Amino acid sequence: MMDFPLNFAHLQFLLEGTLWTIVLSLMAFGGGGFVGFLIALGRITPLRPVRFLVTGWVQLVQGTPLLIIMFMVYFGLPGLGFSISPLLAAGVSLTIYASAYLGEIWRGCIQSVPRSQWEAAECLALSRTQRMFKVILPQAVKLATPPTVGFSVQIIKNTSLASVVGFVELTRAGQLINNSIFEPFIIYLIVAAIYFCLCFPVSALSRRLERGASEKKASQSASAVPQIN
Amino acid sequence: MILDFSAILSQWRLLLDGAELTAELAVVTTLTGFLIGTLCAVARRSQSAICVRIAAIYVESIRNTPFLVQIFLVYFGLSSLGFSFSAFTVSVIALTINVGAYTAEIMRAGFDSIHKGQWEAAETLGLTKWQQYWHVALRPAIERVYPSLTSQFILLMLASSVTSQISTEELTATANFIQSETYRPFETFFIVAGIYIALSLMMRLIFWLFGLAIFPRRRRLGTTI
Amino acid sequence: MSIITLSNVQKSFGQNQVLKDVSFSVNKGQVVALIGASGSGKSTALRCIDRLETINGGSIEVCGHHVEDPHIDLRKLRQDVGIVFQSYNLFPHLTIEQNITLGPISVKKMARKEARHLALSVLEQVGLADKADSYPEQLSGGQQQRVAIARSLAMKPKVMLFDEVTSALDPKLTGEVLRVIERLAGSGMTMVMVTHEMNFARRIADKVIFMHHGKVHESGTVDILKHPATEELQEFISNDL
Repeated sequence: MMDFPLNFAHLQFLLEGTLWTIVLSLMAFGGGGFVGFLIALGRITPLRPVRFLVTGWVQLVQGTPLLIIMFMVYFGLPGLGFSISPLLAAGVSLTIYASAYLGEIWRGCIQSVPRSQWEAAECLALSRTQRMFKVILPQAVKLATPPTVGFSVQIIKNTSLASVVGFVELTRAGQLINNSIFEPFIIYLIVAAIYFCLCFPVSALSRRLERGASEKKASQSASAVPQIN
Repeated sequence: MILDFSAILSQWRLLLDGAELTAELAVVTTLTGFLIGTLCAVARRSQSAICVRIAAIYVESIRNTPFLVQIFLVYFGLSSLGFSFSAFTVSVIALTINVGAYTAEIMRAGFDSIHKGQWEAAETLGLTKWQQYWHVALRPAIERVYPSLTSQFILLMLASSVTSQISTEELTATANFIQSETYRPFETFFIVAGIYIALSLMMRLIFWLFGLAIFPRRRRLGTTI
Repeated sequence: MSIITLSNVQKSFGQNQVLKDVSFSVNKGQVVALIGASGSGKSTALRCIDRLETINGGSIEVCGHHVEDPHIDLRKLRQDVGIVFQSYNLFPHLTIEQNITLGPISVKKMARKEARHLALSVLEQVGLADKADSYPEQLSGGQQQRVAIARSLAMKPKVMLFDEVTSALDPKLTGEVLRVIERLAGSGMTMVMVTHEMNFARRIADKVIFMHHGKVHESGTVDILKHPATEELQEFISNDL
């Protein structure tokens, strides 16, 4: 009967890594959310050049692997003269990644608000900004909640790539432990289980929200939205 | 700060090799992933409670864990069982397992969208369950979820970059090699990002052409199902 | 000689007992019209005959098959029974010809050429031989329903079931479908039709079965439509003006 290869110190180390995973996820969600909101607005602005640039940027980010973005930020910026820590590099990369996807999700939700709402607000003599913030956005937020919660699962999982640039989140913690005790399968199984415990409740919440939303509107299942990782 | 792309572009042969391997990974795992995903979707809809349970566990495990961790598990798991496969093979296995789970959800939605009457008509003609899936449900289901499937498989190609972490010599690994030789990381990754985008566009084109081939009704009539 | 026999059939959907005690029989070559108000259970009874619904009590015998038997070979049953649905249920991604040849090729293992000949001949029977290469969406409702009938006929069934096949059609289009059914009846096919077309039933049915609240309330020849014995049938007919 094999002894459990991880001792208490190892488990503590993994938990510390988990904490950093959560921190990084929140950073990515916060930063990505803020920039994503700007991107969503940029995608629907009547100003053509802005729309063009923002759309181009989103296509660029969505067509590039996250790992490449991370390498670009972590290795590329020092090449241009900036020095950057793994945490900051990971945070910036994930922000860029998350903002593009969240921006698209939110743009879709803003555009899903029925045209009649825009017109009603216009007829009430509200300015464009007032229309946006007082009428359209509150409704868009309700539509956006299920897919946004769903995407946060993506963010949590993608923080694992920060390990590749040396940031010690959960996956890197696992790698470091493996370097000393060489039991990779058990270690990564535990790491996977911890990710599962982080992600599954959020996934379940997203499904519940989406079911609630579809009681009002029949739509394609959001769990069938393409994702990888 | 002067940007010098020529150092990278002179390595075009290496880049081509890397891109080729990425493309190979994409093609193979699209096919295997689609097969696994479709079978899993059928399992989730079956009458056998065990099939449904196993398929659900598979899908949920994959969807709630990072691909990087999955590929490490496959890599170390296989070697601890005594297998010594090439990095390419391990990557194919890990990517297939991963995309199979997401494809299963998409195909399940596709099958669920088939009207009950279609199944009944097929059943009363005497077709077995497998025949019903193959002749009656499969093509309309694929047609309905084709955009999702296309996006999924393009994401699959992008995700193959993670396989560089187990030394698969695809495009991202090539990029790392080049930048370590030329000390021009920004230019290297910039060009490689461009190659990935080109690959995405190519995949989109291929899927569009494929769609024309397998949906003769849509090609002739121009309508959606 | 009885080819379909329902004995004391019971069927519930959850708490709702739709069929309480249904018994009737159909002889070879007979045309039976199953009539009744919505909710009387007539469609359910029809669907039970082809095992689209399983019954909770009683027995059903069709062409020698015991339908209620859990070990029944459904494929053999379905080769003997053809059913046409209210919403035609043609396969939209297949041409008309492919819709019809699917059964013979996949189930009866017929060769493709032979199946094609068969498809064209049943399409002739329903008057749509020129539409073989079209897709269902290019046809009118009446044409689609005729194709659905042809599709079932291609399997050479011993019995044909029709589940309100004209209810979803424009009144203009029901005539062409009814003509096909009438011709089929004339050729000696055993048929059970759930229908609201009373005049049509009067014209071609050998036997009329009136269902009410999940039971066979009255049955007999078409005369019962002129001289109903029960109050409920009387009311049903008068509402049908």
